Amino acid sequence: MVMKPVNPVGFLGWGGYIPRYRLSVEEIARVWGKDPKRYRQGLFVDEKAVAGPDEDSATVAVEAARNSVLRANINAKDIGAVFVGSESNPYAVKPTGTLVAEAIGATPSVLSADFEFACKAGTEAIQCGTALVASGMVKYALSVGADVSQGAPGDDLEFTAAAGGAGYVLGRSGSDTVADIEASYSFVTDTPDFWRRQGQPYPRHGESFTGTPAYFKHVGSAAKKLMDELGYKANDFNYAIFHQPNGKFPVRAANSLGFTMDKIKPGLLVTKIGNTYSGSSPLGLAATLDIAKPGDKILVVSYGSGAGSDAFSIIVKDGIETKKQLAPSITDYVNRKLNVDYSTYIKWYRMIVAPT
Amino acid sequence: MSSARIWREIPQRYRLEGTKCAKCGTATFPPRSTCPKCGADEMKLYMLPRAGKIVTYSLIHSAPEGFETNVPYPVALIELDDGTRITSQLTDCENSEITVGMPVEMAVRRIREESPSGIIVYGYKFRPKVRKS
Amino acid sequence: MRKVVISGVGMTKVDQHFDRGIRDLFKEAVVKALDDSGNPEISHYYVSNAYASLISDQADLGPFLLEYAGCGCTPVTQIGGACGAGGNAVLEAFEAVASGKSDIVLVGGVEKMSDIPQKQVTSVQSTCMDQEYEANYGLTLAGINAMAARSYMQQYSATREQLALFAVQMHKNAVKNPYACLPFEVTTDKVIESFPIADPLTFLDSSPACDGSAAVIMTTPEIARTLTDTVVEVAGVCQSIDNVGISERPSLVTMRSTVDAAEKAYSMAKVKPDEIGVCEIHDAFTITGFIALEDLSLVDRGKTGIAVEEGTIAKDGKIPTNPSGGLKARGQPGGATGVYQIAEITQQLRGEAGGTQVEGAKVGLTHNISGFGSGATVGILKR
Repeated sequence: MVMKPVNPVGFLGWGGYIPRYRLSVEEIARVWGKDPKRYRQGLFVDEKAVAGPDEDSATVAVEAARNSVLRANINAKDIGAVFVGSESNPYAVKPTGTLVAEAIGATPSVLSADFEFACKAGTEAIQCGTALVASGMVKYALSVGADVSQGAPGDDLEFTAAAGGAGYVLGRSGSDTVADIEASYSFVTDTPDFWRRQGQPYPRHGESFTGTPAYFKHVGSAAKKLMDELGYKANDFNYAIFHQPNGKFPVRAANSLGFTMDKIKPGLLVTKIGNTYSGSSPLGLAATLDIAKPGDKILVVSYGSGAGSDAFSIIVKDGIETKKQLAPSITDYVNRKLNVDYSTYIKWYRMIVAPT
Repeated sequence: MSSARIWREIPQRYRLEGTKCAKCGTATFPPRSTCPKCGADEMKLYMLPRAGKIVTYSLIHSAPEGFETNVPYPVALIELDDGTRITSQLTDCENSEITVGMPVEMAVRRIREESPSGIIVYGYKFRPKVRKS
Repeated sequence: MRKVVISGVGMTKVDQHFDRGIRDLFKEAVVKALDDSGNPEISHYYVSNAYASLISDQADLGPFLLEYAGCGCTPVTQIGGACGAGGNAVLEAFEAVASGKSDIVLVGGVEKMSDIPQKQVTSVQSTCMDQEYEANYGLTLAGINAMAARSYMQQYSATREQLALFAVQMHKNAVKNPYACLPFEVTTDKVIESFPIADPLTFLDSSPACDGSAAVIMTTPEIARTLTDTVVEVAGVCQSIDNVGISERPSLVTMRSTVDAAEKAYSMAKVKPDEIGVCEIHDAFTITGFIALEDLSLVDRGKTGIAVEEGTIAKDGKIPTNPSGGLKARGQPGGATGVYQIAEITQQLRGEAGGTQVEGAKVGLTHNISGFGSGATVGILKR
């Protein structure tokens, strides 16, 4: 059964953030003696966004949240819930949500929590935010997906693990709604495709197992179930965003569901910024909203290892047009870039530390 | 740095909360309880603007403890859009591209941490505007 | 108010005295000053120090220093104020005698900076800045001076070379000073090319923080006559302050503390700026020297670069500045600096300054600040 809020809920604002710095696949390949073609042509990833030395998933979440609140054009004190989904929280114990809530001015009368489910933590936060708004328990909810992810040095995932995030202000549908959440569906199983044990610095993965039994099974099942229940075919959607661990998986998922390239292109950011983990589908959606028009239908399907997918059917409303210019676009952030070398990256990520 | 010291100035560091004199209109940052201009005790909460331009700057090469890793880093005296001034680090720009008069905007970033197990201090830094328009 | 004169001075060499602790340095200066002053009985000691509680973990310096120096159980007041502690203490000592409270006082400044590594020195010196809004953001005192230098050069079309030339002059002066920390000459190229501290200021633009102690004995003219032949009058000592945080100041190229203290001191001493025949000013960095000369009305606004080029501040120029080498080359022993300046000008006015002597100096000025001018003390001495 798909999830439909009893009262209509939509986005009042959206916003994203991508750090300025980029690490190219050539640069990583150079250090580890790998073939950059394998990533560029094989996985459609050119470079990934990496965080500067003063950034982390909390600072990414703050800016994404701020941008979404700017677009929502509301009093932050009316936000009743602030959720942050991430797998790279700066603290193991101390919520990122409280920092975001404080930074945007939503404290102290606010519910706050951090969400975790690998790369789908952000979309989960959107689901829960939707429920709180629909039930009338809060007027507005803010849900953010943000990560400064880190691949194990020398591992394949190092080529794609990137930094970025996007946030959404949710409220009851009305004249200023940007887009309605028509319905959502979560498909979850216990699948060990990608994991990190407590206390371990880097994740491990099941290589090609991460494909068919993991990503494709969950993304495909979530999308199909949602579309079937709502009676939609791929043609009914103007745009589709799939989780982007690399440039190949989302394209294959799109094809198998009948989506053409032009529909997924606006939200396909991985080639230029890598996999922003919990930020991946939220950023893809943000980039799509930056150019969407009232009446557009958008399918969003996230994926989190472990494993699960959240699928959403979103209908763009009239309220979107005036809000676009209230915050920087995702393109503004994608185009703001400076390439760094591998040694700078490992210093910034504290993988080498000067002794005190 | 203790929890209390880090926590006390959060509204200033995260939201640029200052004060403004209800009598003469002078804005101050950090907040004051007595107006430095007219001496009245009528300072009210005031949210500083988050954009401004660089008045002067320097690149710190010889850093104090806790800031050594990323030298040389830029610091600047910034005049915000309402005329109030603030000192801050700059970020997201190459040292060579900094100029007096450059427009900048606020972002919340990690400022310092006392140790890998200590509290992380977050606060404002200023950077070139993301949107050129 | 009684008249106050200086009856004795004593100084140690400013250096990295690895083999000597804070007590050893203080004792040397005190013994020299007492000797110079005919060994009077001191009724009150004023001790100036900036950082001993941070560097040597030693607070309550007064009794700690006095007992080692053999000063007996005499009242002692410890005075802080970062690198302006010396000037602050000089003011207290002066007022103790002028008011009639004490007949003979000794003001002794002491500092030991060489016991800690450089980055700790930078952190320690940052304690004179606004902690929450400046130091905690990685701003340093050098950084503040560097920002001021940039503003100054832009505002007055001054050049980097002119700033460097100030350091050249200071080093030239220090060669003749046996108490100086860096008694060697430098060139403008060397200054500009030395490693950067805070752009645009380099290592040789910056004064060395080192160890040293200086002591000065003040008393009434009547009592001085019974002790010694050579006295110098303290004609005026005044202090003022400014905001600590630079973001709340209207300008970075002037310090209201210096301007205010100088005005009051000139008035108190009944002296005009053009009567100053020698001065020891607080040149923590080359730019600080520029700002000081202009705030003290010794040079017109924006014109110090030209004055330096024309030799106006040289020993034989119109405004002999820092014949000791100043903070730049004599050295900057923290809270002792302000007392060194008084001792040096006293020697100048007595005609006892040896190789650093400015010929015929009759009226001298001292200028000591904390941080970037959050406090300033200006003293005027007369022969």
